[in-house]
Amino acid sequence: MKKVLFPLNVEEMWSMWQDNPEAGLLAGGTDLLVKLRSQRIRLKTIICLEKVKELQQINTDGAQIFIGAMTNHQQLLENQVVKSRLGCLHQAAAVLGSPPIRHMGTIGGNICTASPAGDTLPPLYVLQANLELVSPTGSRIVPIEEFIYGPGKTALAPMEVLKQVIIDLPVPGIQTHYHKVGQRKALAISVCSLACYMQLAPDGSVGEARLAWGSVGPTVMRFPEVEALLYGRKISLDILRQCGELASQKVTPISDVRAGAEYRRRLTANLLIRLLPD
Amino acid sequence: MLIRFYLNNQLKEINSDPDKRVVDLLRENLGLTGTKEGCGEGECGACSILVDGVSKLSCLMLAAQLDGHNIITIEGLADGEKLHPVQAAFVVGGAVQCGFCSPGMVIAALDLLQRNPHPQRSEIRQGLSGNLCRCTGYQKIVDAVEAAALEMGDKL
Ligand SMILES: Cc1cc2nc3c(=O)[nH]c(=O)nc-3n(C[C@H](O)[C@H](O)[C@H](O)COP(=O)(O)OP(=O)(O)OC[C@H]3O[C@@H](n4cnc5c(N)ncnc54)[C@H](O)[C@@H]3O)c2cc1C
Ligand code: FES
Ligand code: FES
Repeated sequence: MKKVLFPLNVEEMWSMWQDNPEAGLLAGGTDLLVKLRSQRIRLKTIICLEKVKELQQINTDGAQIFIGAMTNHQQLLENQVVKSRLGCLHQAAAVLGSPPIRHMGTIGGNICTASPAGDTLPPLYVLQANLELVSPTGSRIVPIEEFIYGPGKTALAPMEVLKQVIIDLPVPGIQTHYHKVGQRKALAISVCSLACYMQLAPDGSVGEARLAWGSVGPTVMRFPEVEALLYGRKISLDILRQCGELASQKVTPISDVRAGAEYRRRLTANLLIRLLPD
Repeated sequence: MLIRFYLNNQLKEINSDPDKRVVDLLRENLGLTGTKEGCGEGECGACSILVDGVSKLSCLMLAAQLDGHNIITIEGLADGEKLHPVQAAFVVGGAVQCGFCSPGMVIAALDLLQRNPHPQRSEIRQGLSGNLCRCTGYQKIVDAVEAAALEMGDKL
């Protein structure tokens, strides 16, 4: 690789990319540079996204939040709207990597890497995040669960960039959480993780519930049948055990260096117990 | 490619391959061997530097990414012969054994103390969680950062 380019805006990015069609995109580099180093990929030209102004900001109009792809995990962690309205995403940023990894790694990189263990992904699934993808010919909006279709596999077309993540801000009465089990507290890739989104009535009964598990299948997984079990019920150990029983039959975990499939299946159920009110 | 940046408060202009890793540029071209390479893949923190005041890993950065930024390495902390209070606390507290992790630990501690000048012990542990030490068992390192925070008060 001989060239590293720094477009300042999307227009410049297209013209540099058109001049160097083989170029790869670099966000924070915490996935890409590890892969380049181990020679799992080779690139002659790198287009660095860190100065592209359209990818940087977090904005909100009160109903939705627009998170630029180049937002790093530390910025996500410190954003007050994310903290107060999108608890699960805030909690995911807090347990992602380590301080320097959070200063470098971006939400866009986490999404485009499409690892089943990516910590921002289960929260983005339960928040039903939409992704805005831009290309020289226009832009399109794709829901996150259609964007990622396998480990490392995304719907990005050849000359397409993730511009921003768009999320409807949950209304009051919605609670969201993220729980992660890793091999240790910091710098631990998740062995199993769970994001939840729950609408709770004043009497404590559940309205809409959404549950998404990470690291227990080729992509983040949601199961409508499991979510439906919670509808109209109050959260209790009993109902969470029923949900866990069903979910652990549906997940398709693998065994790898971090954990065995059977352990992951057990965690799939046990993480639900953390949803019990204290 | 010509790269211009501030290194330890001095303007540097150097010619480098744009894709050279920053850790190699610092150690090989600039002779600043205080920054260490342990794992080369983001796991150990030995290569930490401050970029515009924030800790980053020089093993996962390209030389071209330095252009226009303000870089501080471990060599830039002391004031002549006078150690920075965090460095002094590491020495006084015996927080150094082989010393390989120490530059990265000190950079991580500074990054933390800038964001949070009065950290709890648990927050110190979290602030240092990207840095591995194979010798000390961490206790004395956490003690040293706690002592440095006390010593510095609000003057960072
Ligand atoms: C030591 C270490 C610990 C880690 N711990 C965790 C962890 O706990 N949890 C976790 O989820 N991850 C972890 N990671 C993985 C990584 O840090 C995250 O996935 C991070 O969010 C990646 O973002 P990045 O900006 O560094 O991506 P990069 O490495 O820059 O890019 C990753 C890929 O996405 C593409 N890409 C990036 N942005 C865009 C865009 N806007 N449009 C199109 N394509 C794009 C790039 O071309 C590249 O192929 C860890 C990594 C390391 C090295
Ligand atoms: S050498 Fe950079 S983190 Fe280990
Ligand atoms: S003192 Fe030897 S690695 Fe920390």
